[in-house]
Amino acid sequence: MWNFVSPRIVFGEGALDALDELQGRRALIVTDVNMVRLGLVDKVKAHLAKAGIDSEVFDQVEPDPSVETASRGAGKALDLQPDWIIALGGGSPIDAAKAIWVLYERPDMEAGAIGPVGDLGLRKKARLITIPTTSGTGAEATWAIVLTDTAEKRKMGLGHPENVADIAIVDPEMAAGMPPRLTADTGLDALVHAVEGYTCAWHTDLTDGLCLQAARLVFRYLPRAVRDGGDTEARERMHNAATCAGLGFGNAMASMAHAMGHSLGAAFHVPHGRSVALFLPYTIDFFASVAPDRFAELGAAAGLPNDGGEQGAREFASHIRALCRDIGNPTTVAETGIARDGYEAQLDKLADDAMNDTQMVTAVRPPSLEETRSLFLYAYDGRSVDF
Amino acid sequence: MAFKFPTDEWVKEFARQINSSKAYEEAGKDWEGDWIFVVEADKSYPHTACFFIGLFHGKVTDAALIENEKAREAQYFMRGSFTTWRKTIQGKLDPIQGLMTRKFKLEGNLAKVLRNPSSAKELVNCVLRVPTEFPV
Ligand SMILES: [Zn+2]
Repeated sequence: MWNFVSPRIVFGEGALDALDELQGRRALIVTDVNMVRLGLVDKVKAHLAKAGIDSEVFDQVEPDPSVETASRGAGKALDLQPDWIIALGGGSPIDAAKAIWVLYERPDMEAGAIGPVGDLGLRKKARLITIPTTSGTGAEATWAIVLTDTAEKRKMGLGHPENVADIAIVDPEMAAGMPPRLTADTGLDALVHAVEGYTCAWHTDLTDGLCLQAARLVFRYLPRAVRDGGDTEARERMHNAATCAGLGFGNAMASMAHAMGHSLGAAFHVPHGRSVALFLPYTIDFFASVAPDRFAELGAAAGLPNDGGEQGAREFASHIRALCRDIGNPTTVAETGIARDGYEAQLDKLADDAMNDTQMVTAVRPPSLEETRSLFLYAYDGRSVDF
Repeated sequence: MAFKFPTDEWVKEFARQINSSKAYEEAGKDWEGDWIFVVEADKSYPHTACFFIGLFHGKVTDAALIENEKAREAQYFMRGSFTTWRKTIQGKLDPIQGLMTRKFKLEGNLAKVLRNPSSAKELVNCVLRVPTEFPV
């Protein structure tokens, strides 16, 4: 027995108009200061006004939002008593909004205890709308919440199926202004979701097709969207790809590249997509000796000759590295600019946190602590995985 | 030899597997908290059985079949039907998926469990190594 959860998804050009029809009195828009500056918050507010809904803004979400930010946002919601929470932004504001919503409905809970067990009893006070302004995290379609424990410098994988959005508004215009670097980083995140969702231990018939299609779209449209931000077709297809991948991995799981990426991101503030995409090929090489076939299938879908077996999987890993290089992304930790001594000093913590990341439980070849440590070392200077 | 489930011999073998696991020793090094596993009667098995498993810093402190769930103190409870436990021990059901689909119910500090998923995962690997015989 398994579940597939999804919001109602309004997508394509003009999707934001769906806000005009909303029923309700008051909305809390959870976002960051960039969204305010770019005028995207005003855009959303204007649509809400058409629906006769008053709105207030909580714009204090930082990149890699903390547990404290979620509590502060929940405090604001408790004061305002909205009947809609509107998450506007990239993965950080959307994850924060999900946590804020849960804590607003359940002030008795602590954020670190939002896990997929039992009942949360949401939707007694409000419902959630997600509006992504990047094309990658898929957070608009998933119930996953990643919050940072600032004291331990560790990212925590939280969330409950109940906290999936009621409506996701996937309007390509909202992501049209992304600069090339953000387009590349977030687009690669979508690819990692597609690949890990397709290959992790929890993939199912219901998620496979979504992941496969998302991977195809990324290989085809991401280089175009990075090179020419005005390529509206590439932009729109990437926006859809991100949501497809979100639905796919969100109903399966991510895997080891996310576990390692979370750990690196928390310690060195490497953007999420950049960090998970960097590790993905190393994890594929590591998995290739025991479970190569599904990676080889993805390679075939990306147009590689399907050699099958370990070779096919490793060729797919190389293909991902080539895509990263093509769009100017690092394929080693050294290329992200992290100094070797600082990195090696953190190695034990990096490996330990990755082992204790919730995404690690679906690894098709469960690594030992020592193997995880080695993978972090190999990824530093791009050594080929030989164990 | 196979160990009959659910018996005291079975849980003692489970404990022996945990205590000889290097992977659990690493993964559970920060874990402090005792568990009671409740195997609820269902149509495949008409009795309810309870196991106590004490865990501290990567090792089992004590493991026993107990009379009922109140017989020992514990901070964590995991409940499921006999059939659900059987599927888990046979490797047919991932217990984390079992929790998410409510085949298992968990009581205890969820925040602590979510911070230590690898220790839960290694316990599952240990249970899979117990040669188990089920009543038909
Ligand atoms: Zn991701």
